[in-house]
Amino acid sequence: MKPESTNRPRLAPGCRLNEKHQQPRTLLMPERALRLNGPSLEIVERCDGAHTVAQIVIELQKIYGKAKPEKVEQDIFDYLALLHEKRALDFE
Amino acid sequence: MTPSDSHPLALVAELTHRCPLHCVYCSNPEELIRRESELPTEDWRRVLKEAAALGVLQVDFTGGEPLARPDLTELVRAARAAGLYTSLITSGLPLDEKRLGDLVAAGLDHFQLSFQDAHEANADEFAGARSHVVKLRIAELVKRHRIGFTLNFVIHRQNLDHLEDMLGLTEQIGPGRAEFAHVQYYGWAFANLDRLMPTRAQLDRSLEILTGAAERLRGRIKIEYVVPDYYAKYPKACMGGWGRKVALITPAGEVLPCHAAKVLPGMQFDNVRDRSLRDIWERSNAFQKFRGEDWMPEPCRTCDRRTLDFGGCRCQAMLLTHNPAATDPVCSLAPDRHMVDKILQRVNATPPPAAPQVSEWMYRRNP
Repeated sequence: MKPESTNRPRLAPGCRLNEKHQQPRTLLMPERALRLNGPSLEIVERCDGAHTVAQIVIELQKIYGKAKPEKVEQDIFDYLALLHEKRALDFE
Repeated sequence: MTPSDSHPLALVAELTHRCPLHCVYCSNPEELIRRESELPTEDWRRVLKEAAALGVLQVDFTGGEPLARPDLTELVRAARAAGLYTSLITSGLPLDEKRLGDLVAAGLDHFQLSFQDAHEANADEFAGARSHVVKLRIAELVKRHRIGFTLNFVIHRQNLDHLEDMLGLTEQIGPGRAEFAHVQYYGWAFANLDRLMPTRAQLDRSLEILTGAAERLRGRIKIEYVVPDYYAKYPKACMGGWGRKVALITPAGEVLPCHAAKVLPGMQFDNVRDRSLRDIWERSNAFQKFRGEDWMPEPCRTCDRRTLDFGGCRCQAMLLTHNPAATDPVCSLAPDRHMVDKILQRVNATPPPAAPQVSEWMYRRNP
């Protein structure tokens, strides 16, 4: 499922990032772990139930200023949909 | 032998073999460890720290029934303090609201609750104990907390025809994940093989139902299932390969590459009371024994799939061929595949009967 711009994605129950001092940064979930770096980490760190998808897009477009803004937006929507399908995210 | 070039990602901590259930397909070995031999709290705390330092990300507290250990909450807290993701693999007995609250407060990340069937009488028969109604109550309690929640249904010849009811129960409970795990034929399940192995028709039907359900529930409940390997063309990558991803610690503190490794003859398993987990993982004979490819016979040795399935399961090779270094006999390329075919012929010769008499089951004993 694709998120709406107004959704506030939040890590699903049982899914959390490991601690900041633990490297590599990893999304931990039941029976799975997903290593995160670069944009994937920037996105997941913002899936806190407070940021809307639109806000995540704006913030990432700033961080990755050299990339095409529409490409950044598309990648974020795709990645959020993927995490949702893995049951790692709730769209609230 | 190949030295370890990787570290384990998951630690399976079998805290005890004691259990209020007596499931006919229990994965514990037939020779069970008694309470007085169990590893004490301090040792477990140390081992959890050693595991995290070794690179382990997740610990599964299991058993037997891990709730039988009064120090479980303390161990969950120790695991979280060490930086580990913490799962409880449980029958849900004996648990109440207070203890569950304590476990969650201690940092439990994920609760995996087993079910034996959707129908109470059958479920209790397979478990050898009155437990189904208790589990329904526990499921309600778990739902009140914001933690990971998985239902695990063990499926087999005697309950596959209730699969749609199990999916119904799953939707009613509403966990994040549900596993439909075909019985694996080790330990007590191997002793009950003829009463548990599904027919080909049952299997085909079950896969149709499960693929449909996975699609229908996509984004709501993650449905996971695997084909039972006797019916597969190639073996499973057992434990992700021997000594590659997982270490298991028995209630007595021995470190094993898998649940069933004690069936392998002539193996000596080191104990965390005597050596560090890192030392055992990297250098012990048991972990080196089937690591890498040097031990492989033909056809594995030159097979393209050897990096995918690592020669399959050593314990299955042992149970069926009495040679732990044989190619897993479920492989269609294995010289011993005829042994698996013979078993399948036998279990497919008769339709799945009404459940066998209780007296016909070989129930798991208690240590």
